[in-house]
Amino acid sequence: MIEVANLYKSFDDQEVLKGISATFEKGDTSMIIGASGSGKTVLLKCLLGLIRQDEGEISFDGRPYTKMSTQDKRELRKEMGMVFQSGALFDSESIEDNIMFPLKMFTDQSKEEMLERVNFVLNRVHLENINKKYPAEISGGMQKRVSIARAIVMNPKYLFCDEPNSGLDPQTAIVIDNLIQEITDEYQMITIINSHDMNSVMEIGEKIIFLKNGLKAWEGNKNTIFKTDNKAVTDFVYSSDLFKKVREIYNK
Amino acid sequence: MNYLQNVGKYFLMLGQVFKRPQKNSIFWECLFKEIEELGVKSMGIVVFISFFVGGVVAIQTGLNVDNPLIPKYLIGFATKRSIILEFAPTFMCVILAGKVGSYISSSIGTMRVTEQIDALEVMGVNALNYLVLPKIIASVFFYPFIVLLAMVVGIYGGWVSGFATGLFTSDDYIIGIREDFKPSLIRYSLIKTMVFAFVIATVPSFYGYYVKGGSLEVGKASTLAVVWTIVVIILLNYFLTQMLLG
Repeated sequence: MIEVANLYKSFDDQEVLKGISATFEKGDTSMIIGASGSGKTVLLKCLLGLIRQDEGEISFDGRPYTKMSTQDKRELRKEMGMVFQSGALFDSESIEDNIMFPLKMFTDQSKEEMLERVNFVLNRVHLENINKKYPAEISGGMQKRVSIARAIVMNPKYLFCDEPNSGLDPQTAIVIDNLIQEITDEYQMITIINSHDMNSVMEIGEKIIFLKNGLKAWEGNKNTIFKTDNKAVTDFVYSSDLFKKVREIYNK
Repeated sequence: MNYLQNVGKYFLMLGQVFKRPQKNSIFWECLFKEIEELGVKSMGIVVFISFFVGGVVAIQTGLNVDNPLIPKYLIGFATKRSIILEFAPTFMCVILAGKVGSYISSSIGTMRVTEQIDALEVMGVNALNYLVLPKIIASVFFYPFIVLLAMVVGIYGGWVSGFATGLFTSDDYIIGIREDFKPSLIRYSLIKTMVFAFVIATVPSFYGYYVKGGSLEVGKASTLAVVWTIVVIILLNYFLTQMLLG
């Protein structure tokens, strides 16, 4: 379980996180949603330790992450996988080398074992015959899938995804959503996804945390989000005509 | 104030860089890659510049030694001294600061703005140690060889210019370069080179690693990195010369 307690973060005079508390359970796909500038990315980066919080505690299965030394944090991060919004693949290395990198760095596996693992995870994200290609030579959707493959190659306990669907067509976005959901169930990970894509929320939002102006404005799941009368949530969810119509149908 | 903050940040960065590599095999792999990128690939330009600058130094010295009372072998002697003391270590390192410094800061800066450094950190990799330490070791231990090469080629360039211009004879030049040969000057030159190499590897890494923004900022960081690397080299040259020869 990941526990976040009373998290505060400011940049200069701007308070971005104002006392966020939340828990994320094993095997759940949790989504952090909210408008741009609501603090989603800062919260995710605090969870990863890429940004240091001003106040508050974060613990991973009882291990107090915020109190750890840099070295201990690095050790814990070996249990994490991250899918960046941009993919963040190493652009001067082949797809195979990108995925193999954590294995080379942190395991003593032979080249054959590593290759086998690389091919397994590539297969798991439904990609084949791209081992020797470079990130610039494949599509955005494929880059996202490679990024997922790299994130899961070490069998992480915690998977973080920052807007995994941004820039993808709706069909590919659903493929990515389903893939993340399947992998979470299969490996029993704690998956936290940052998104403002309502299709994703409806697809895989087992737990949803809605942020507004750095505060947790609402918490629920994909079934309760349509029933809530929280104005901040309804304004966000029903900002598109499609979802307004969905609500009308749902209410009937 | 900002300058002082940056100096402090630079030394804090070095604290993270000088940690034990997380995996030796990866470190050696990166080290050989960096030796090729920062050293071997710079040899062509070093040979080219050294040859012609050596020639120019010899020609200019020859043109200024027109007094019949001054022996001609002084042209070779002066060329040798200029090349060993200043041209090879300082001038070459300033050129390498431009060539290699911009490469280092832009490559690390691009990794920063495209979140590749964040990806390394999230994996549990000490990104500074992984990216910067091999560059430092490669530069500090390989650039002395490049500077030795620059010395040899520069002196050879001076010798060739004698044939081309007829300003001095081969015998005069050879007597000059053998006159009063002091190995301590080579040692001084190589010590300077190692210090400059450290600056060439670390200052651009600093600018690249802490860049914020996009491609425009990476470009600006790259320019700043080269400027500051050269400034630091020139200042250190002044102090090292006083310390080692004064």
